[in-house]
Amino acid sequence: MPDDKAVRDALEKKGAFGTDIDIDRYEDGTSTPDQIDDLQSSDYQRYMENVGVVADEINRSGTLMFIDNGMSHCHTSVQEGLDMMSTKDALKKYDWLKDYFWKSMDPTKDKYTAKSYLDDADGYFIRVKAGYHVKNPVQTCMLINKDKSIQYLHNIIIVEDGASLEMITGCATAHHANDSLHVGVSEIYVGDNANLTFSMIHSWGKQTGVRPRTACTVGKNSNYTNNYVILNPVGTLQSFPVANLGENSSATYNTMCISHEGSDIDTGGMVNLNGRGSRAEIMSRSISMGGKLCARGRLVGNAPEVKAHLECRSIILKDGGSTLAVPELEAHVADVEMTHEAAVGKIARDQIEYLMSRGLDEDQAISMIVRGFLSGSINGLPPALQKELDEAIEQANLGD
Amino acid sequence: MTDMLKIIDLHAEAGEREILKGVNLTVKEGETAVLFGPNGSGKSTLMSTIMGYSTCKVTQGQILFKGEDITDLTVDQRAKKGIGMMMQRPPNIFGVKLGDLIKTASPIGEEVLKEADRFKMGNFLDREVNVGFSGGEIKRSELLQLTAQKPEFILLDEPESGVDLENIDLIGNKVHDLLYDGISCRGSVQRHVSSLVITHTGQILDYIGADCAYVMKNGRICCSGRPTDLLKEIKENGYGECGSCQTIKL
Ligand SMILES: Nc1ncnc2c1ncn2[C@@H]1O[C@H](COP(=O)(O)OP(=O)(O)O)[C@@H](O)[C@H]1O
Ligand SMILES: [Mg+2]
Repeated sequence: MPDDKAVRDALEKKGAFGTDIDIDRYEDGTSTPDQIDDLQSSDYQRYMENVGVVADEINRSGTLMFIDNGMSHCHTSVQEGLDMMSTKDALKKYDWLKDYFWKSMDPTKDKYTAKSYLDDADGYFIRVKAGYHVKNPVQTCMLINKDKSIQYLHNIIIVEDGASLEMITGCATAHHANDSLHVGVSEIYVGDNANLTFSMIHSWGKQTGVRPRTACTVGKNSNYTNNYVILNPVGTLQSFPVANLGENSSATYNTMCISHEGSDIDTGGMVNLNGRGSRAEIMSRSISMGGKLCARGRLVGNAPEVKAHLECRSIILKDGGSTLAVPELEAHVADVEMTHEAAVGKIARDQIEYLMSRGLDEDQAISMIVRGFLSGSINGLPPALQKELDEAIEQANLGD
Repeated sequence: MTDMLKIIDLHAEAGEREILKGVNLTVKEGETAVLFGPNGSGKSTLMSTIMGYSTCKVTQGQILFKGEDITDLTVDQRAKKGIGMMMQRPPNIFGVKLGDLIKTASPIGEEVLKEADRFKMGNFLDREVNVGFSGGEIKRSELLQLTAQKPEFILLDEPESGVDLENIDLIGNKVHDLLYDGISCRGSVQRHVSSLVITHTGQILDYIGADCAYVMKNGRICCSGRPTDLLKEIKENGYGECGSCQTIKL
């Protein structure tokens, strides 16, 4: 464990990217929220469904919900191989968990991790035991319900050797909790010959600050996919998940985002290709509708025979914002194959007019192209997510 | 017969250069007009200008459609009035599936998609529009889209170019169906749809029976006449004499 003094000092440490947020401005969120048995009859249903979390829990292996800083619902239909509970309960139950606790993530990374560490943040613990394949996705929902509050979480996901899991995690703010801050530390461990697909859909308020901190350690011959979607207005959001890959493993990041007027979004991620023959692909499609946008990608080749590709594409639909693509490739051995592509611009006029010549009006034509552009970022999107995603794009008011 | 399309002294620029230099041309209701002309003479530019593409900027003149001035209308307004176009080189529309476009754009899209196999397009409905399509596939895709669109006036830009012999029949017959509003009897003389057709080879004429032809040179219509006569003349002597001979007049 790091020494507390170092972590306390880190409370002053700004994040590497993104505008600085004064975390003292927010009060703590409650750690004893309402307990919800039936999600379908809860007031929060519409917030959940906006971010891909289905209230009837059909075709889901389990659902875990946090409101502010406490767990409010945890239910699983899978009896064997899947463990779901709060991180605090898991720490009490499993002595070995301390070997995973703050091991992928350094709490002194910045003020947000330090805050989560020092305030002893709770979160979700999800584990798939060795050899088990959880068929339907597990869904989690993180909702901020208290205005002017900070939600801090510490999640741990463990997919053991030979196991597989698909997760859908939706994060949202209630309407009345617009001016709030979300800090979610997620430590992810994928063993050998294992698979994890982790899809995150966010829908925040116009003033909400969002600083997720995600680190993933992947063993040998495994696959880790990280999908990230944000289509609605947000205040300031900055996220830069890091994955460390073992031999012959692969990581795929797909990011899809829209930055509306007044939003400041800085996304992307980093993959350290540490094992021989490991592979990575970072794909991002983003749209500025008058907001600020930064798409980052960093690939680091540390072993021979690694192969990696990075692609950042942005469309500017409305003036007033800005777009920055920052693709970075770094190699420490000779035998690597790493490439990148970046493109920033507006939608080609001839494409819009081609669709208009078929009778679509300009707004319909633009939203059709934009929808196609965005969905092109996600390779092998879990089918469970496609519908939610289509709806979210529909609601994102592209043509206004 | 009333005028379907009437173009009066049309001047238009593309890429800051004047390409159309005073075009006058009329297509009457139910008529099929052919447009000949050497490469680079401005034929495609004329069609794009009629459709309203913003790459072509009208600097002078008028485009009348069924008597109404459409010179300043947007592309979709023109489409809704009944103008449709088969482009020579349509753009790739990444991420948009052909089937979805047809369903979205046309109220009869769903029904037309059931006929996709007749256009040999059944396997293309989940493909991105025009992306990686071969020459013939582009034409068949355009025809399928136009069939769903049901325009009253159709601009066909070299419908047979890049199409192999095997597919030329299919394309010719589909163009025929479009112009004769689905009446597949080749003996039918009752044409409902008017069109302007660009062709180099004249092959398409075997399928559609054109009424009149124009020759375009250097941004102007320099000659008009009977399609078969003009085609024969051009095939024998090229475009060199066009505009000066004044012998073949309708
Ligand atoms: N968007 C454009 N920008 C610049 N030049 C153009 C553009 N479109 C057409 N042109 C030019 O206009 C001329 C006529 O082109 P086009 O109409 O395609 O001829 P055609 O169809 O008769 O072969 C050519 O010289 C071509 O290069
Ligand atoms: Mg041409």
